[in-house]
Amino acid sequence: MSNASSPAAATGRKCVARIVQLRKTYRLGNGLEVHALRGVSLDFQEGDFVAIMGASGSGKSTLLNLLGCLDHPTSGQYFLAGRDVSRLDDRALSSIRSRYIGFIFQSYNLIPQLTVIENIQVPLSYQRRETPGGRERAIRLARLVGLGDRLHHRPAELSGGQQQRVAIARSIINNPHIILADEPTGNLDSATGAEIMDLLEALNRAGRTIIMVTHEPDVAARAHRIVRLRDGRIADISNNTPLPAS
Amino acid sequence: MFRRLVQKLRLGVSSLMLHKLRSALAVLGILIGVTAVIWLVALGEGVSYQAQQQIKDLGATNIIIRSVKPPQESSRAGGSFFIEYGLLREDYERILANVPTIRRAVPMRELVREVRRMDRVLDAKVVGCTADYFALNHLSLVRGRFLADLDDEQLENVAVLGHKTAAVLFPYEDPIGQTVQIGADFYVVVGQTAERTASAAIGGSLEAREYDTDVYIPLSTLRWRIGDMVVTSRSGSREGEIVQLSQITATVQDLDEVDPTADVIRTLLEKYHKVADYAVVVPKELLRQAEMLRMLFNVLLILIAGISLLVGGIGIMNIMLATVTERTREIGVRRALGATRQDIILQFLSETVVLTGMGGLLGVALGFLCKPAVIAIRWGMQRILPDVMATLPANIRNLEPRITLWSIVVAFAISMVVGVVFGLYPARRAAYMDPIEALRHE
Repeated sequence: MSNASSPAAATGRKCVARIVQLRKTYRLGNGLEVHALRGVSLDFQEGDFVAIMGASGSGKSTLLNLLGCLDHPTSGQYFLAGRDVSRLDDRALSSIRSRYIGFIFQSYNLIPQLTVIENIQVPLSYQRRETPGGRERAIRLARLVGLGDRLHHRPAELSGGQQQRVAIARSIINNPHIILADEPTGNLDSATGAEIMDLLEALNRAGRTIIMVTHEPDVAARAHRIVRLRDGRIADISNNTPLPAS
Repeated sequence: MFRRLVQKLRLGVSSLMLHKLRSALAVLGILIGVTAVIWLVALGEGVSYQAQQQIKDLGATNIIIRSVKPPQESSRAGGSFFIEYGLLREDYERILANVPTIRRAVPMRELVREVRRMDRVLDAKVVGCTADYFALNHLSLVRGRFLADLDDEQLENVAVLGHKTAAVLFPYEDPIGQTVQIGADFYVVVGQTAERTASAAIGGSLEAREYDTDVYIPLSTLRWRIGDMVVTSRSGSREGEIVQLSQITATVQDLDEVDPTADVIRTLLEKYHKVADYAVVVPKELLRQAEMLRMLFNVLLILIAGISLLVGGIGIMNIMLATVTERTREIGVRRALGATRQDIILQFLSETVVLTGMGGLLGVALGFLCKPAVIAIRWGMQRILPDVMATLPANIRNLEPRITLWSIVVAFAISMVVGVVFGLYPARRAAYMDPIEALRHE
């Protein structure tokens, strides 16, 4: 935990996710090994807003995939919701994703044949227990992101910014512990991108923990902390704006 | 749970509706397969039902002993000769006296004769028989009475006309009390039988036994008035046949007694007949053969259907593999949002089963069109190719398809099974994709 900052002590906030000495090594077909992550440790407090930056190949996508429980680390630990999830099997990881993680993608990734409210509800359909009132909640979230009048539109009938709003609503329908955003403004013009960032900031202010990968400095500037990766290691952590005390 | 299933099926339908034409084409193979199963089984059942009905009409507890003309020695050129063969009246007596299991035996003699009424002529089958013949062959009357025992004893000149015989000879009048002429003798018509479908062919002849052109007269009267000899003139030669009885129908009490009794009759007749100028036919045996044939036919049909459904299934699998590749990104997204591999398998599997199930349902619906289709084809054939129709055997001309419940159940079940079997591989392929790779897929 040498290079991990711990603002937890300062703010007294709960730690929702913690990675300890996370390593990921890809073995290529010709026997070569690629070290994508070479031991990364980080804590994420409740209400945190972290931007992960770095050149391509620095390991930020690998880190995001590991944080999103889409992949297993080669070594190290990942604590989410109070348990080590780094060694869980596929089925358990799916369950973790459906309950504790919200995803926002660069290319929105809505399901084309579903309408706006159906898209928002997709994560609920994969939870083991039935969620009563899921539809009402989806409608409320659609209104929250400003799409109350587009409930029955399909993604092809929406602009990029609107699609990303649907994706944001989808990412919080399951009340996740962390929201992972992979270049959320990458496909948007700067004005629309700024609107999306306003929305994310608002969610953060409301208490959501957001971890965002980006390479745009002005987007990263919206976060509380900026983590810079280089060659699979944390090169620098800068505190942008302090986390408000809880 | 149920709600989830409905949700999965709804999702399947909506995904399929994205590619209506593609789904429709994919389902075509299954549809044709299911329809083919139902139609072929219906036609097969129709044919075998007809055959079984005909055999059943012969009576399962009956043993039929028929005269058969033995293979002829090279016919002498010119001149005339007689050939004597077949069952004898003595045989009848012997069978009655020596085989205790026989409850009843009915002798019969039939020959084709010209039957006249004024200027109307018909080549009818003159059947000399006793009163028992009526019940034995499940005949029924529309007018008058059948022959009675007394007619036989007193050698009465009475006749009962078959349905068609009566229609030809008496188109406008009631035939009862009128007279018909057979050869030189006149007979008083006392009854007329109802129309009756032909029964199965017996005794080696391929023709089914028709009843509608019959004229029934007492057996003793036939012997007295017409005699045993039938003379046919050919160019330059005359040929005579002497046959005492055409057929003896023996009835036993129990179904189990049929086979041993037939064996006893065979042994008995062998002693007195040097050449095989008779045949012992057991309808029960025919029934068993027909049943075997039907089962063989059904197995063959199921094989054909299996092949067509296999081909249909491969088509479905092909489409589903294309769909899975096309929707790789969606699979990645769903996995990221918490779908387990099982969820993905169920999603694609339900899509495939919806696809084949719809094909199956449509196939069943088309299957019910079998009867109208056969009627339409028959009508069309009659109009366009009446000559061809006339040459077809009666049981094909009058074929009534019989749609059976089991064929519908089997065909539909197979279509569902095809969906599961051929959907499993594409679905597993979708489920075992690496979610990261799938998300990156363009």
